[in-house]
Amino acid sequence: MGASHPRSEQHQYHELMAKTGFSLEQIKNLHIRFQHLSGNEETIRRKHLSSIPALANNPIKKEIIEAFFDKRNQHENETGSFEEIGFEQFLMVMSHFRPPTLRTKDEEREALRKEKLHFLFNMHDTDSDGIITLEEYRKVVEELLSKSGNIGQEAARAIADAAMLEVASTNAPDMGPDDFYEGITFEHFEQMLQNLELESRMHIRFLDVKTTTMHCGKATM
Amino acid sequence: MPSRTGARSSRSRPELGLLLLGMFVLLGGSLVPLGAASSADAAGGSTGKDAECNKTKTEHNITKKAFPVLSLEYGHVKVPFEISLWVLLASLMKLGFHLIPRLSGIVPESCLLISVGLLVGLLIKLAGEDVPPVLDSKLFFLCLLPPIILDAGYFLPIRPFMENLGTILMFAVVGTLWNAFFVGGLLFAACQIPQAGLSDVGILPCLLFGSIISAVDPVAVLAVFEEIHINELLHILVFGESLLNDAVTVVLYHLFEEFSLVGSVTVLDGFLGVISFLVVALGGVLVGAIYGFLASFTSRFTSHTRVIEPLFVFVYSYMAYLSAEVFHLSGIMALIACGAVMRPYVEANISHKSHTTIKYFLKMWSSVSETLIFIFLGVATVDGKHKWNWTFVTSTVILCLVARVIGVVSLTFVINKFRIVKLTTKDQFIIAYGGLRGAIAFSLGYLLDCRHFPRDMFLTAIITVIFFTVFVQGMTIKPLVDLLAVKKKQEAKRSINEEIHTQFLDHLLTGIEDICGHYGHHHWKDKLNRFNKKYVKKFLIVGERSKEPQLIAFYHKMEMKHAIQMVESGSRLPSAMPSTVSMQNIQPKIPPALPKPAERALPQLRKGREEEIRKILRSNLQRTRQRLHSYNRHTLVADPFEDGLNEFLLKKQKMIELDKKIKEMTTYLTVPAAAADSPTMSRARLASGRHTDFIPAHQQKGKPSDPQSYHVRPTADGVPSIQVDLASPDSPDSVKLLDEFRQAEKQEQDEDQGLMMRPPSSGPNKPGGKDEAKEQQKLMRCLSDPGPGADEDEDEDEPFLP
Repeated sequence: MGASHPRSEQHQYHELMAKTGFSLEQIKNLHIRFQHLSGNEETIRRKHLSSIPALANNPIKKEIIEAFFDKRNQHENETGSFEEIGFEQFLMVMSHFRPPTLRTKDEEREALRKEKLHFLFNMHDTDSDGIITLEEYRKVVEELLSKSGNIGQEAARAIADAAMLEVASTNAPDMGPDDFYEGITFEHFEQMLQNLELESRMHIRFLDVKTTTMHCGKATM
Repeated sequence: MPSRTGARSSRSRPELGLLLLGMFVLLGGSLVPLGAASSADAAGGSTGKDAECNKTKTEHNITKKAFPVLSLEYGHVKVPFEISLWVLLASLMKLGFHLIPRLSGIVPESCLLISVGLLVGLLIKLAGEDVPPVLDSKLFFLCLLPPIILDAGYFLPIRPFMENLGTILMFAVVGTLWNAFFVGGLLFAACQIPQAGLSDVGILPCLLFGSIISAVDPVAVLAVFEEIHINELLHILVFGESLLNDAVTVVLYHLFEEFSLVGSVTVLDGFLGVISFLVVALGGVLVGAIYGFLASFTSRFTSHTRVIEPLFVFVYSYMAYLSAEVFHLSGIMALIACGAVMRPYVEANISHKSHTTIKYFLKMWSSVSETLIFIFLGVATVDGKHKWNWTFVTSTVILCLVARVIGVVSLTFVINKFRIVKLTTKDQFIIAYGGLRGAIAFSLGYLLDCRHFPRDMFLTAIITVIFFTVFVQGMTIKPLVDLLAVKKKQEAKRSINEEIHTQFLDHLLTGIEDICGHYGHHHWKDKLNRFNKKYVKKFLIVGERSKEPQLIAFYHKMEMKHAIQMVESGSRLPSAMPSTVSMQNIQPKIPPALPKPAERALPQLRKGREEEIRKILRSNLQRTRQRLHSYNRHTLVADPFEDGLNEFLLKKQKMIELDKKIKEMTTYLTVPAAAADSPTMSRARLASGRHTDFIPAHQQKGKPSDPQSYHVRPTADGVPSIQVDLASPDSPDSVKLLDEFRQAEKQEQDEDQGLMMRPPSSGPNKPGGKDEAKEQQKLMRCLSDPGPGADEDEDEDEPFLP
């Protein structure tokens, strides 16, 4: 990226700014990172993200990578997943992690929170049916504990079951013995996590200053 | 983990030495300052005794008096007696306030206690006695302050503290510096006013005074904020600031005190002061961390001497405090660091009882200390030689307020540029308003040399500021919080879902940061966690628990809490399960080909019957427990929930390894067995507590069991888990219920029979061993059994139906 940007790129950036809410500096930095990851190609595939060395220790690495390729996160009412994504899609996924500013009004905060909740929900709901079933939830907990060896695996089921039971008891307290609780819907999910204040917690600092990648950045919004 | 017994004995000697040393220090510290007169007495007495010894040889003719049946000698118990009286007074006052219903809502406890102190001081003065120098700095700093700080440090919520550390440090360091210089400087200017008559007070004493008065006091903040229940963020900001500003105060105090004697300060001195600050702060933290690790390491070996576990926590922390004080480092920061560092490891190692003991002792000591401090403040006010100077005092009060407000506002302006969750104006107001001064300022002032400083005037001003902040600000902060609708503390307990998602978020954000390519603080936090898990935990935590991931530890703790709640609540249903949802509502549907008579049987039990049964069981359980307690001061009676649970879980782990070979788990519910006390059992509890082992179809040779009869499998390691409520004719939750409960009725009539309990050492709650009435055994299990023990496995292989 040199000092002279072709006109179309500038234009594209402004479009992206409007769509995702990032600042120009942030978009530029993320584009640099994108190109670094993709090896200067136009699109990124799963293998590019998998090869990031730092991600190797992450227990939910697969889910994170999947989230980038999930069509639901592009907010265009499609389901399914991409094989490869361009910079715009990359940016859309990243935009879920923007923090609120001091000037964010309450309704905007609500919307931001819902957006982040949807992102989390989509990460758990792998079959896109709008419900997190017991199997899917078990998988989530198993993945979380996957780096902890045998102890983790055996306890994961119990924990997932207990967690599911808790959601069921809070949201459908009067089920008869023969009823079946299908799974966690988005409303139940929202209610379950209402105390976590997602809009302030689920964010990362995006770099404003131009630094080369792999640098510890002092960041402001 | 191999136990190195040889190394252990050699390790115990230096520890013993440390222990004795600690005890001596504690004893010495508590006795020395109280009553100079008593030490004079003792000294006089001892020399007198020696003199007497030499005299008795010469004097033989002592007249014989009647043998004293009842005599009075107060002198030799005077000091402990007085200490106990003070403590008793403090505790009774605390009791009394809460008995008066309206009062504790309006007036914060600290104000009431100071008033009581004033009263007591007045009474003593009226009685003509000398008021003892109660708020003597040695007593205060060595005995009264450490428990409060330890309590704060041990229970410090680490996550919000670390998240806001930057903000807290800014307020603590920069804010305090600003306050000190602003107040000191302007006070000097005020002193120059000719009418005040204070022109002899130099700039350095003023700055010293400024540094004493500018520190927010943790004791006062705790006392007031505890009652107003504001949200966690504000609480941790103000409280963290009050803890961390100790380093600044220590440095400034010593700096100005030294230089007041010399009379001038150079730039070099200022520079050295900055270095000194870093040394004091970081050194304090380092000392605390070292002692914290020592304590954690020690707790690794306490599995056989559980009784003294809490002692290690207290003594190591106190030693950390004292060691820091030796080097003039910040004792408060050492104490906080020690408590915070040792807590995760110690809690993983010690028994549940020790944990409760530590919690309650800390709360008790800190509560008594706090009460005493406020009472003594009142007494010292009455006693002190005051020198009231209108200019000085009023300007101090006003300047303190103004400095605080300006400081908070400007600092927040800067801080908000770096924070994600910005501090609103309301937040700023509460932070500024919550800057209370307290006894630390008073004690520091008391330490001043009255020859070089106008100590009495200083003390008067300090007391006025303290009174002002505690009374005025303390009393009005609660209505202001309500008026401004500041967000309050949320009372809801953390649920397992929240815990899962907090962990999930952590990993997610770390992953996104890695994809973005910059090392934000999630990355470093993750690195620290991994280092902790890989090396530190293995070193400091005993046995299997070192590998336990946090989620499982949390789950385990939660289940334990529920379990204890269940046993303690007895007849009440635990409020955690108000719904009728149980595991079967969540499990995918089994082909509904089987009749379920058990389900029909269940509703037949009325609530009243349930009550009766539980009452019987409970009374029998209590009786047998009483029979077993042989009193021994040195050992704790083995707690079936404690040690037995661990053994039991180990056994279950072995069993699950055996069961792993059985492949046909898919058709049957394979959720592991529940502890009888987990919440889900509250619904299945009625059926029976009896667990039967799973016997799949192909293994049931000659046993008339239905292939659908479920068999609850033992669980793995330390996770009590949920029992499945599916029932079939052959399962224990079957119609035989009614027979069981008829038996219970019979049992009501012959109470003496009771139930035999095997001594707890032979395993977990195993009620009724040799009893012929197996049904009674099963009934017992309803409430008390965490699960089948190994000895009874052969019994349980038979199906329930005879």
